[in-house]
Amino acid sequence: MSTVTIEALTAGYGDGAPVLDELSLDVPDGAVVAVLGANGAGKTTLLRALTGLVPARSGRVLLDGTDLTGLPTEDRVRRGLALVPEGRGVVVELTVDENLRLGGLWRHRGAGLRSAVAEMYALFPALHRRRDAAGHTLSGGERQMLALARALVSHPDVLLLDEPSLGLAPLVVAQLLGVLRDTAARTGLTVLLAEQNVTGALSVADRGVVLSLGAVVADRPARELAADPALRHAYLGF
Amino acid sequence: MDRLVFLLSSGLARGAVLALFALSLVIVWRSARVVNFAQAAMAITAVYAAFAITAASGSYWLGLLGALAAGALLGALVERGPLRFVRGDDPLSGMIIAIGLVMVLQAGLAMAFGPEHRPMRAPFPERPLMIGEIPVLSPYEVFVLIVAAAVMCALALLFGKTPLGLKLRAAAFAPETSRLLGVRVPRMVTIGWMLSVATAALAALLLVPTELGLNPHAADLLFVDAFAVAVVGGLDSPVGALAAGLIIGILDSLVTGYATAAAAPLAVLVLLTGVLLVRPRGLFAAADRRTG
Ligand SMILES: Nc1ncnc2c1ncn2[C@@H]1O[C@H](COP(=O)(O)OP(=O)(O)OP(=O)(O)O)[C@@H](O)[C@H]1O
Ligand SMILES: [Mg+2]
Repeated sequence: MSTVTIEALTAGYGDGAPVLDELSLDVPDGAVVAVLGANGAGKTTLLRALTGLVPARSGRVLLDGTDLTGLPTEDRVRRGLALVPEGRGVVVELTVDENLRLGGLWRHRGAGLRSAVAEMYALFPALHRRRDAAGHTLSGGERQMLALARALVSHPDVLLLDEPSLGLAPLVVAQLLGVLRDTAARTGLTVLLAEQNVTGALSVADRGVVLSLGAVVADRPARELAADPALRHAYLGF
Repeated sequence: MDRLVFLLSSGLARGAVLALFALSLVIVWRSARVVNFAQAAMAITAVYAAFAITAASGSYWLGLLGALAAGALLGALVERGPLRFVRGDDPLSGMIIAIGLVMVLQAGLAMAFGPEHRPMRAPFPERPLMIGEIPVLSPYEVFVLIVAAAVMCALALLFGKTPLGLKLRAAAFAPETSRLLGVRVPRMVTIGWMLSVATAALAALLLVPTELGLNPHAADLLFVDAFAVAVVGGLDSPVGALAAGLIIGILDSLVTGYATAAAAPLAVLVLLTGVLLVRPRGLFAAADRRTG
């Protein structure tokens, strides 16, 4: 439902060399783009820079043409940009239900919030069964489901996902990616998906983007990238 | 037997005030991860505001509302002012600012109002009621217990059942994740400070009529005891503050009654040391779920 434009974005940590070096990327409305690359390529840094958690040294991030540079993270989120962070994004001291409500609070109130949460329970029945369980008692797969559901509660326009498959069984990964694909198709959600699980990511994406040394080194239709062994070998090392 | 009942019931009332003040320390610890060493000075400043309002209007109740408002305002000013500049990973600088604030506030109050104890009248009689031959709570102590219980229930409802409470808790537990969910974390920290100092101001306001009177240092001892209470209960635990507040209030009263007032701080110290030896994080501290 929204376009993300990244213009010559440079970002890094401390005084070190930049991790993202003048990176440019266009994510059109409703596209599902897989961001691939070796460990340390800068995928996480890219997603965190888009939400403002890592400050940009230069360059711009535009959401539907509006410059987000200088906006704090919470205001970017309130404009429709949601990030499911790498690893444990669940607030472990809160229950499943509280985590979900928290995700929707800035957008909905009262009955609207209840129905948005109910929508997620319908999408993830496993979460409904555990709605009153504390976050720290969830399994890794349940946590990942909760993190995704919690991002979707607010009906974002752009969803940034950082390695949703990390540490999960293939079946759970397939289920998560399936929900993601269906939701994107149904709502026109724009998705940027950072993944090590190349096959899985390319199976749900329209486009694959390969990062290396802080820049985009390949940008191809997903099908092409998945089917071409020479390309895969050159950029992804297998 | 009479004596025991009397000591228990007056210990309960003192414990309620202690618990309330300790709760205020827990609130600010949870929302900002600081032990506010200026809590007593800030609370007593708010009580001076209440004193002035009551003197001008003749109404205790307007003064009480004034103490809450002044406490909240002071909390917001301190958090938005001096503490914003030290926000960081260093707990020491926050502590130093708090100690500086104590000096400024207490010296300022002494200059403005003089160092003497100003008598502050309780809104209800302080003579114990008699049940048969046994002296029990005074009407004012009953009032203190009711107010403390009501405020604790209100805070529990606020934190546990409202959207604002959910955001306050989330911002305290996981600030970065909360920001990713659109929660304005800095505002939540400010609100935490406002709630905390308003609660502390109320506790100090309830305490002063039972002591020598209003003085810039009138809440200092309350802070020391409440700090022990918060540590015994677990700095993270509102339930711990309540339970430990009542325990220490009663302990204090029993030791004072059966031995001597001079031994009371010692008894608290022994309890504090014992608890810290057995459970360093406090009696009611939740296990740390973030390191697992
Ligand atoms: N907090 C940090 N401080 C300093 N350097 C960091 C920090 N986080 C990441 N880096 C460095 O930035 C580079 C890119 O890291 P990033 O986490 O973006 O990689 P990634 O593509 O997400 O890798 P992975 O697939 O392993 O998750 C790495 O060289 C890493 O060492
Ligand atoms: Mg990563």
